[in-house]
Amino acid sequence: MRKTATAKWGMFNGLTRRSLLMGGVVLGGSALAGGRARAEAPPGAIEYDVQTDPTKEQGRLILDDGGYGSRSQFENEVRWRYPTASPDSSWSMTPLASGQGIMTPSGLHFERHHGGIPTIDPRTHELILHGMVNQPMRFTMDDLKRLPAVSKIHFIECSGNGLTEWAKPTLKTVQGTHGLTSTSEWTGVRLSTLLEMAGVQDTAAWILAEGADAAVMTRSVPIDKAMDDAIVAYAQNGEALRPEQGYPLRLLLPGYEGNTHIKWLRRLDVSDKPFMTREETSKYSDLMPDGTARQFTLEMDAKSVITFPSGAMKLPRAGFYEVTGIAWSGRGKIAKVDVSADGGATWHEAALDGPVLPKCHTRFRLPWTWTGEEAVLQSRTVDETGYVQPTLEQLIEVRGLKSVYHLNAIQSWHIAPDGEVTNVHA
Amino acid sequence: MFTHNLTIICVLGTLAGPALAQEGARTVAALPETLEETGERAPAEVPQSSAEEVGDIVPANTAYGVGQPASEDEIAAIDIDVMPDGRGLPEGSGTYAEGEKLYETICATCHGADMMGVSELGAPQLIGGRGTLASDQPVKTVESYWPYASTFFDYTHRAMPMTEAGSLSADEVYAISAYVLGKAGITGSEAATTLDAESMAKIVMPNADGFVADPRPDIGE
Repeated sequence: MRKTATAKWGMFNGLTRRSLLMGGVVLGGSALAGGRARAEAPPGAIEYDVQTDPTKEQGRLILDDGGYGSRSQFENEVRWRYPTASPDSSWSMTPLASGQGIMTPSGLHFERHHGGIPTIDPRTHELILHGMVNQPMRFTMDDLKRLPAVSKIHFIECSGNGLTEWAKPTLKTVQGTHGLTSTSEWTGVRLSTLLEMAGVQDTAAWILAEGADAAVMTRSVPIDKAMDDAIVAYAQNGEALRPEQGYPLRLLLPGYEGNTHIKWLRRLDVSDKPFMTREETSKYSDLMPDGTARQFTLEMDAKSVITFPSGAMKLPRAGFYEVTGIAWSGRGKIAKVDVSADGGATWHEAALDGPVLPKCHTRFRLPWTWTGEEAVLQSRTVDETGYVQPTLEQLIEVRGLKSVYHLNAIQSWHIAPDGEVTNVHA
Repeated sequence: MFTHNLTIICVLGTLAGPALAQEGARTVAALPETLEETGERAPAEVPQSSAEEVGDIVPANTAYGVGQPASEDEIAAIDIDVMPDGRGLPEGSGTYAEGEKLYETICATCHGADMMGVSELGAPQLIGGRGTLASDQPVKTVESYWPYASTFFDYTHRAMPMTEAGSLSADEVYAISAYVLGKAGITGSEAATTLDAESMAKIVMPNADGFVADPRPDIGE
């Protein structure tokens, strides 16, 4: 697919955006309703009898589901576990193709665990802050909830997002190629509040964050980041953290690679040097062609991806489609997203849904009329620092094919004349 | 049908909740209690600072009087990290010969008797691979890639073996370190070769100089 520039492509027209396409996205859901047999409701849903005419009889009673709520039995999006050899140290990916707006439902937030998901009683969980501080401190969950809090909307992206895609297109869907990024609103105490209470000594330069899982997961964090915008978070999207997101307490380091946002946080150790844990030496370091490895590659560079249309979909016919996707940068706000339908030969600026937040998913949209001929859809973002999302060729030229992490290249979706959408390197 | 269930849940929520809490063995939350007269659900209790629980606002020198000083014992109980300069290494020691026995019993199932890893288990190769990092087929192992011996001690102590995480004593981790690093040709492979805090901190790993600071943004501008 390298040379598709000669192919004809669709036109970006001036139509006002209307969600003609949403019916198509949801089609997958009707599969389960197809058979009359009583299938088990999808996770998070309860199966109710479908009324022949809901205008002619009362609906089910309020609080029938116990008072927490559940999604429609006709909705079936779920996270997908990448088939790692060990299920204890594994990851699951967000179904971005069906995502709307910028928020990820808590139950669909991607997961990466290094020792399974611990079950922790918040009444006994404590956070100890020690090391190069004047007064080592011990906080209960109640203590933390008594302190001044902030709520911020931020993405978290695993630095391994896209690791299968360096050498050749491997996974077929946007869930597989890009599903290790999710956005939530996070609430908690600023880490700087805790550090100021303990009194950080002048020699301090790094902080070890440690989790209470079976991996006793650890990462070293620069003290400047800790004092800047780090949050010790106990809530996600308006309620307590989900267990798989670190209940009852996690670190949030806006814009940093996901594994540094230590979950099930139990200890913070202030020091003058990085601790050189396994996760910042043997893992999450980026091997270069000359055999050296980049270390503490913490910020996630700007990236974008078209989520509709995307891999393994089939456009039913030529006509109008709203091309949409998400863009994000670990270094600030998204400034711009351009979209191409001809493999990068020509670009058209997409509209951004506001407000555009720093270190947060940003939704972009562009109306497009597909002529029914071959096309290659791409998106390319620029963040507020002026950084332009690179092509895969540019990335590989500098970093080779063995660095595993931090693949933020432009993604290409090939549209065949029959409407099939496939993951390609273009 | 669901209405009926709801009634049961409500009754359990109000009656069984407090009763279970008294037993102190509750492992799930009860539903919020209902308020008299209006029947509204009670809000969660206002979080109580642990400083208030001990009677005083401690430490008085913080702005909020929330939380407590952590004692040396409390810190020591979970302060398990080890740094490249040897800070944090516990007392104890272990030999290559002891490590060989421990490895065969505890580690070999996943990492292989030859330390070459078992990919179906996701257990990585531990030794070999020197000189491959700049090639098309880099083999990243403790021997070829890990820059510090402290990391091997720290990780093995905190998280291994997977089936019984964090169960190894300091002596056992020193012994396993002596065996694995000995097999890697980094430390001696005589049966009596011993590792302890002092000798561990002096080990220079083959790839100690192989790491560079993040130069990004390296492209895109």
